[in-house]
Amino acid sequence: MVVKKTPLYDEHVKLGGKIVEYAGWFLPVQYEGLIPEHEAVRNAAGLFDVSHMGEIFVKGKDALAYLQYLLTNDIASIENNQIIYTFMCYPDGGVVDDFLVYKYDDEEYLLVVNAANTEKDFKWMIDNKKDFNIIIENQSDQIGEVALQGPKSEEILQKLTDTDLSKIKPFYFDRNVNILGVECLVSRTGYTGEDGFEVYAPKDDIVKVWNGILEAGKEYGIKPCGLGCRDTLRFEAAMPLYGNEISEDITPLEGGLKFFVKFEKEEDFIGKEALKKQWDEGLTRKLVGFELLGRGIPREGYDVYKDGKKIGHVTTGYMSPTLKKSIGNALIDVKEAELGNEVDIMIRNKPVKAKIISRKFLKNK
Amino acid sequence: MRVIKDLYYTNDHEWVRVEGDEAYIGIADYAQDQLGDIVYVELPEVGDEFSKEDAFAAVESVKAAADIYMPLDGTVVAVNEELLDDPALLNEDPYENWIAKIEIADKSQLDELMTGEEYEKFLDEEV
Repeated sequence: MVVKKTPLYDEHVKLGGKIVEYAGWFLPVQYEGLIPEHEAVRNAAGLFDVSHMGEIFVKGKDALAYLQYLLTNDIASIENNQIIYTFMCYPDGGVVDDFLVYKYDDEEYLLVVNAANTEKDFKWMIDNKKDFNIIIENQSDQIGEVALQGPKSEEILQKLTDTDLSKIKPFYFDRNVNILGVECLVSRTGYTGEDGFEVYAPKDDIVKVWNGILEAGKEYGIKPCGLGCRDTLRFEAAMPLYGNEISEDITPLEGGLKFFVKFEKEEDFIGKEALKKQWDEGLTRKLVGFELLGRGIPREGYDVYKDGKKIGHVTTGYMSPTLKKSIGNALIDVKEAELGNEVDIMIRNKPVKAKIISRKFLKNK
Repeated sequence: MRVIKDLYYTNDHEWVRVEGDEAYIGIADYAQDQLGDIVYVELPEVGDEFSKEDAFAAVESVKAAADIYMPLDGTVVAVNEELLDDPALLNEDPYENWIAKIEIADKSQLDELMTGEEYEKFLDEEV
């Protein structure tokens, strides 16, 4: 596979970004350092290149009906210019992908999907098009995207546009925001647990937007941010990562995300039967949060034990930059998932005690 | 990358400073730079015996964990406990802040390590 470069690649190199390959793209894992970048987002602002994300449009008379069939959340519940988080599942309840759906109107929706899944999603969508009167367009290659995240985001972006950004509420967007002469789609969304915006522009214009935001944010202490802190930030904020907390093999129910699976919506959807059955019969395993009581750092893939018996694995784990503690998510036997229960995380073949806690780590602060 | 000439080095970017029959062991500047901000260090215990190339300690950044390998056969006689409270010392000065001190079992193994000059060349050519 040819590894792709986003339109911002040269900027990353100029800024001293440490480039790695991720999901088929060359992207910076960090510039100055993961921790200062993480802290900039929590305390001021950070700017991420997320141009690798996929943009798939669904257009046509049956757009809504098709999405209701394809996706687990109730797409009919949002209005124009609103956004909803959803899963796209296989018939067995496993997850094809998780993403945001932007509603332009009843006949046009934008799906912003995980970079690594874009081709798979597009094919899945085509394969399940049936007789719905729609067209599906993958425009990922034409669109650049940056995410401005952190408490100072609105003040910074407001310097660059006449649109009153305070009018864009969380999970809403405006398609006609002029930023430095570039027509952008701006949504109040993100993947960090902080306030912020995601800005979409034609790929040739995104460099201008990127540099403009960095310049405008200087006085607030903005930092360009890499993939490294993108993951620690979303993890602390209890947001799932496809492949870790949910996957082909981990259903949204097991991932503790039933809220986004609407059994009660009128239309049948792919995966409903299997998910309903799993829910009615009771989960056998479940995603939990934990805090390490002994020394060490839990990492993705480490085994979880109780009384010498394997009960699951760590899906994400870190020394949390915000909480300065070793915390993680683990998918474990539901019988051991009670808050306060003590389990062992195997770190380099040694058991280290951990306590089950809420996954909403930032609220435990 | 900073290289101190009168130390010995391994391919895995550990350094060795010999004092009599004992040796201090740490990680080279290149290793700390690759890892980024170090947030956790796992040390061996005094008295632990290791063979050359055994993993004897671990150094972790937020993003990654790296095993540190023994450059020589030996027995741990001291560990740098300062690193437990302040792992970032390894970023600040990886040559001043050693990880473990060992009693060397077989001094002839030193010949298998790189000198500072050889290591500099190794960094230029192979890394």
